[in-house]
Amino acid sequence: MRQQTKTDTALPAKPKVRKGKLGVGKKILNWLSSMNLAIALLIIISIASVVGTFIEQNQNINNYLIDFGPFWFAVFNTLSLFDVYSATWFVVILLFLLISTASCVYRNAPTYLRDIRNFRLSAQEKSLKAFRHNQQIETNETLEQIKQRAQGILARAGYKSRVKERDGETLIAARKGGMNRIGYFLTHVGLIVILLGGLVDSKMQLKLLEALGKVEIETRNIPVSQVPDSSKLDVDAIPAFRGSVNIPEGNWGDVAFIGLKDGYVVQNLPFKIQVHDFTIEYYDNGIEKSYKSDITVSAYDSDKEVRTVLEVNHPLRFMGYNIFQSSFGDGGTELEFDAWQLLGRAGTSQKVQGAVYEDRRFEFQNQSFVLEFTDFNLLNVKPIEGPDGKREDKDFGPSVIFNLRLPTGEAIEYENYMLPVEFDGASYFLSGVRPTPDAEQQFWYIPADEHGKIDTFMRFLEVLTTRSEIVDIAENLVNQAVSGSEEASRAAADSIADLVQTFAVNGFSAMLDSIEASLIERDIPAEAHDRARESSIRVVQSVLERAYIQVLQEQEVEEFTDFHQRFFEDALDAIPVIPVYGSPVFLQLSDFNHIQSTGLEITRSPGMFWVYLGSIMLTIGIFMQFYVHFRRTWVLIKPNENNEGGQPSYRILVAGSDARKNADFNHEFDKIAAELKPNEQSKPLY
Amino acid sequence: MSVPNEQMIRGYEPPVGALRGRRFKLADGIWTALMFTVALISTVMYHDHMGYYSIIVLFITAGLVAYLGWVWPESKWYFAAVGVGSLISIGLYSTYTEDGAAIGRSALAAAQADNFFLNYMFSSVAASMWMVVLYLLATPTYLISTAIRSDFGLKVGTWLTWAGSVFGFIWFFARWRETYLIDISYGYIPVSNLYEVFVMFAVFTALLYLFYEKRYNNRTLGGFVMLIIAASLIFLMWYHFTQDAHRIEPLIPALQSWWMKIHVPTNFIGYGTFAIAAMIGIAYLIKEKMGGDGPNDRLPSLAVMDDIMYKSIALGFAFFTIATILGAMWAAEAWGGYWSWDPKETWALIVWLNYAAWLHMRLTKGWRGSFMAWWSIVGLGITTFAFLGVNIFLDGLHSYGEL
Ligand code: HEM
Repeated sequence: MRQQTKTDTALPAKPKVRKGKLGVGKKILNWLSSMNLAIALLIIISIASVVGTFIEQNQNINNYLIDFGPFWFAVFNTLSLFDVYSATWFVVILLFLLISTASCVYRNAPTYLRDIRNFRLSAQEKSLKAFRHNQQIETNETLEQIKQRAQGILARAGYKSRVKERDGETLIAARKGGMNRIGYFLTHVGLIVILLGGLVDSKMQLKLLEALGKVEIETRNIPVSQVPDSSKLDVDAIPAFRGSVNIPEGNWGDVAFIGLKDGYVVQNLPFKIQVHDFTIEYYDNGIEKSYKSDITVSAYDSDKEVRTVLEVNHPLRFMGYNIFQSSFGDGGTELEFDAWQLLGRAGTSQKVQGAVYEDRRFEFQNQSFVLEFTDFNLLNVKPIEGPDGKREDKDFGPSVIFNLRLPTGEAIEYENYMLPVEFDGASYFLSGVRPTPDAEQQFWYIPADEHGKIDTFMRFLEVLTTRSEIVDIAENLVNQAVSGSEEASRAAADSIADLVQTFAVNGFSAMLDSIEASLIERDIPAEAHDRARESSIRVVQSVLERAYIQVLQEQEVEEFTDFHQRFFEDALDAIPVIPVYGSPVFLQLSDFNHIQSTGLEITRSPGMFWVYLGSIMLTIGIFMQFYVHFRRTWVLIKPNENNEGGQPSYRILVAGSDARKNADFNHEFDKIAAELKPNEQSKPLY
Repeated sequence: MSVPNEQMIRGYEPPVGALRGRRFKLADGIWTALMFTVALISTVMYHDHMGYYSIIVLFITAGLVAYLGWVWPESKWYFAAVGVGSLISIGLYSTYTEDGAAIGRSALAAAQADNFFLNYMFSSVAASMWMVVLYLLATPTYLISTAIRSDFGLKVGTWLTWAGSVFGFIWFFARWRETYLIDISYGYIPVSNLYEVFVMFAVFTALLYLFYEKRYNNRTLGGFVMLIIAASLIFLMWYHFTQDAHRIEPLIPALQSWWMKIHVPTNFIGYGTFAIAAMIGIAYLIKEKMGGDGPNDRLPSLAVMDDIMYKSIALGFAFFTIATILGAMWAAEAWGGYWSWDPKETWALIVWLNYAAWLHMRLTKGWRGSFMAWWSIVGLGITTFAFLGVNIFLDGLHSYGEL
C-alpha cells in the first residue's frame, strides 16, 4: 500500500508560499512538473514502445494489408502504428517528457540550490525536537569543550558545519552530501540533453520537408539517374540523416537512400565512394568472420581523399559523415548455364547466359517463360548430421536463385546448386523448389554419375523419352521372351513403350492408371488384375534396366557395380519428380564470374555528441543521487538553567535529517549521538 | 496490511557491523598489492599479445578486485579460489599444446577425455556441471534450513553458493581458454551467446546475493534468490543437452567489438539485481500474508526486506543505465546509429523506464510495502521479456542467442 511520509527536510526555512489563488502560469508549471504527469508519461511511452515491437515496423504496406485485413489496416495506419517511433504523436509524448523534466528541474532548482548553500542556522529548538532523529544529552564540560568536540565528531563523519551564537544558546548546524543535489541536476538535465540530441538526429526535419511539399517520396525501383530532382536532397538540406547504398565492386556512388514511409528519398553526398573490392573471410567452419570493403572516398570540393578498408565495427569518419560496412549482396554476378530440357525432347541441353538481377525470356512449345535471376551464393554452409550422429557443418558449394515466371504470370522459385553434394556415399545435384513465396523449400535430388556429372542421368532420360529407342529395347525384350509373329511382337513392344514413356513423362501413378485402363479395356477378369499388373510393372522395369545398361554401354562401362545399381534406383526416384518440378528445363550452373556489392550505411548525426554528453551526465548523476546522501545534523547547546550543585552544566540537543527516508541514517545518527555523550567519547566513530 | 512508514523505520535493526564503513586493514593492503602485482606480472609476461587497452582494462580489473576485497573481505577468498582453479585448468590444458597454439576441436575433446582432472573438474563443461549441482543443492538447503530454523543449515547453503560461484568463474576462464585452443581465430571472451550469458546470470545473481547476505547479516533470503537461479539453471541444462548450446562457435563480425565485452556483463549486473529484488518481493509478500513482523521471525523484518529491495533496484538501475548507454555506443559503431528502436533496445528502454518510475514513486512519494513488492515482481517479468522474450518472439538486429 502507498504511504505518505512526513517530510522532515524543509522544516526550518520553508520557502514562502504566497497565499491566495495561483496564477494560470503557475498552475500549468505545477502540472507539468508534477510527478503524476511524469509517471504517466513514462508508462505511456513504455506502452507505445511495446506496440512498436510487436508490429514489425516499416514493412511493405501490402504485407500489413494481408496480415491485418482492410479494417484494422486502416485503423493501425491512421494511428501510424507501422512507424510508431517517428509518428507525430509519439514524438509529441517525448517532447512532453522533455518539458515535464525541464519544468521539474526549474521548479526544484531554487530549493536544491538553497539546500546546498544554506546551513539552516536559524533552526529553533522546537522544530529540532520535531525531527524523527533527536536526542538530548547532558554534560559537565565547558562550552568550548563541547563545541570543539561536536565539531570534531561532525567533521569526522564527513559534515561541514557552522556555529552560531544566539541569545544564550549555541547552534552548530552541519550538512553533508551536497553532491546528491548536484546529482539531481546532472541526472535530469542529462536526460533533457539526450532527448534534445536525439531530436536533432531524428527524422523530424525530413518529415517536415515532406509535409511542406519540399521533397517527394519516390516509391519506384529505378536507377538513381532516373529519380526526379524533387525526390533528391541537397547536401545541406537536413542536418542529420541515416541512409544506405549498395555499390557493386568496381563501381562508385555518391548518394545515400533514406527510407521514408513506403519509399525513399535520395540524399546527395559531397563526396564519392569508389568500391575497389569486397571480401568475406570465413572461419574454417564456414561462418563469416569478416566483411571488408576496400574503398576510396574523395571529396568533390577539395582534394581530400581517403583510401581505407571498411569493416564491421570500424566505421570511417569523413567530413562529418560516418560510413559503415553494413551489408553485402550480389553485384550482378555473371552466370552461365547448361539448360537441360526436361519435357519434349528431354535430356538435351544448350548454353544459356545470364546475370544476377537480369531477366531472360525464352520460348518453349510456343509459350513464353521468363527467368529472373535474383541471387547467387558462393558458399552454402549448412549443419548436417555427420556419420557419428554429431552435428557437422558442410559446404554445399555455389548456388543460384532464380524465379521462373510462367505464362500464367505466377512464379516458382528455384535454388540450384552448382556442384553435386554427397549424402550417404552417393552424390546428387540439388534443386530447391518453392512453388509459392511462403512455401517450404523442397529438393529434387538428381544423381551424379561416376565423373560427378549430370550427363548420365540426362542421357538416360533422353533414351526413355525417345520413342524409337524405347521401342527397339522393348522389341528386343519381347523377342527374347516369346517367339510370335513380328506383328504381334511389334504391337506388344509398342504398348510396353507406351507404359515406359508414361512413367518417364507423367510419373509412376500415371503409369499405374494406364495399366489399369488397359486391363479393363481388355476385359481381364478382376481376380487376375493383381497378377497382370505385377507382370506389366516387371516388364517396364526390365525395359528401364535395359535402357540404363544401354547408356552404360555407350559410355563403355565394363563392370556393373553397386554404384551403378544405386544410381539406377536414384534415377528412378528422380524421374517421377519431373511432372511436378514445374519447369520445362533444368538449369545447371556451369560457370560464373562472382561480382559482389557492398552495402554501406552513411550517416550524419550532429546530435550524437549531445546524446553522449547527456549520457555521461545522467550516469554520474545517478550514482551521485544513489550513493551520496544529503544529510543535516544540528547540535544545539544550552546552559542548564537550574544548574545547582553537581548538575550538568549544559544540555545538548542533537537532531538530524536525511533527505532519503531510507533506514541508513539511523545508524549514523545513533553513532554521532552516542559519541556526543561525554562518557562514551573514547569510542571511535567508525 | 501494511505498517505506517514511521513504524517500519523504528522496527529497523541496523546491520550489525557488517561491511559498513569497514576500515582499511593490513590484509586489505596486502591484497591490493597482490592484485596489482599479478596484473604487473601478467603485463610483463604477455604484453606482446596485449593492446594498450587490454592493459588498462587489466589494471582497472585489479583495482576493482582490490576494492571488493576491502569492502567485502570474503571476496578475497573467492577470487583466490577462482584464480587457483582457473590456473589449474589453463595449466592442465597447456600440457596438450605447444607454445599455447591451437589444437583443434577434436584434439581438445581428446585432451578432455584423456585427463581425469579436466574431464571431471576443470574443463568448462565439467566446471559448469559442478556449478549447477552446487547451486541446485544450495536452493533446498537454504529453504529447508529457513523453515526449520537451522543456522548450521543456512551456513551450509552459503558455502554451497560460494562453491557454485567459484566453479561458475572457473567455467568462464576455462571456456575462454578453450575458444583459443580450438582455433586462434575463434578466441573470444565467453559473454556472447545465450548459453554463456545464462551462466553469467546465475553467477552474478548469486554473488550479488552473497554480498547482501553479508551486509544484512541474514541468510534466510537465500532460498528465495536461489530459486530463480535454479530455474535459470534448469533452462540452461535443457539448452545444453537438447540444443548442444555449449558448443563453441566463433563470433560473427557484428559481435567482434570490445563494446560488447563491457556492455553484456554490465547488463547482467542489472538483470541480477532486478531478479534479487523480485525474489525478495515474493518473500516480502509471503511474510506479510503470514502476519508480518513478529517475535519469532524467520525472515528479516519487512522494513529490512524493503530496504534491500530498494538497494538492489537502485544498484541495478545504475548499472542498467550504463549498460544501455554502452549498447548505444556499440550500436553507433556497428549499425550506424546509436538508437534504432530495434526490439531489444526498445525493451531495454521499457525496463529502464519501469524502474525509473519505481524509484520515483518510492523516493518522491514515499511509496513502500507490498505495492512496491508487487511492482518489483512485475518488473522482473518485464526484464525477463527483454532478456529472453525478445529473442524468442521478436525479430531484430540482436542476433546473439536465438532459440
Ligand atoms: C525517464 C526520466 C527520468 C529519470 C531516468 C530520472 C532519474 C532519477 C533518479 C535516478 C532519481 C534518484 C532516485 C533515487 O535516488 O532513488 C531521481 C529523483 C528524482 N526525480 Fe527523476 N528522473 C526522470 C524524470 C523525472 C521527471 C520528469 C521528474 C519531474 C516530475 C523527476 C523528478 C525527480 C525528483 C523530484 C527526484 C528526487 C530528487 C531528490 O530528492 O533527491 N524525474 N530521478
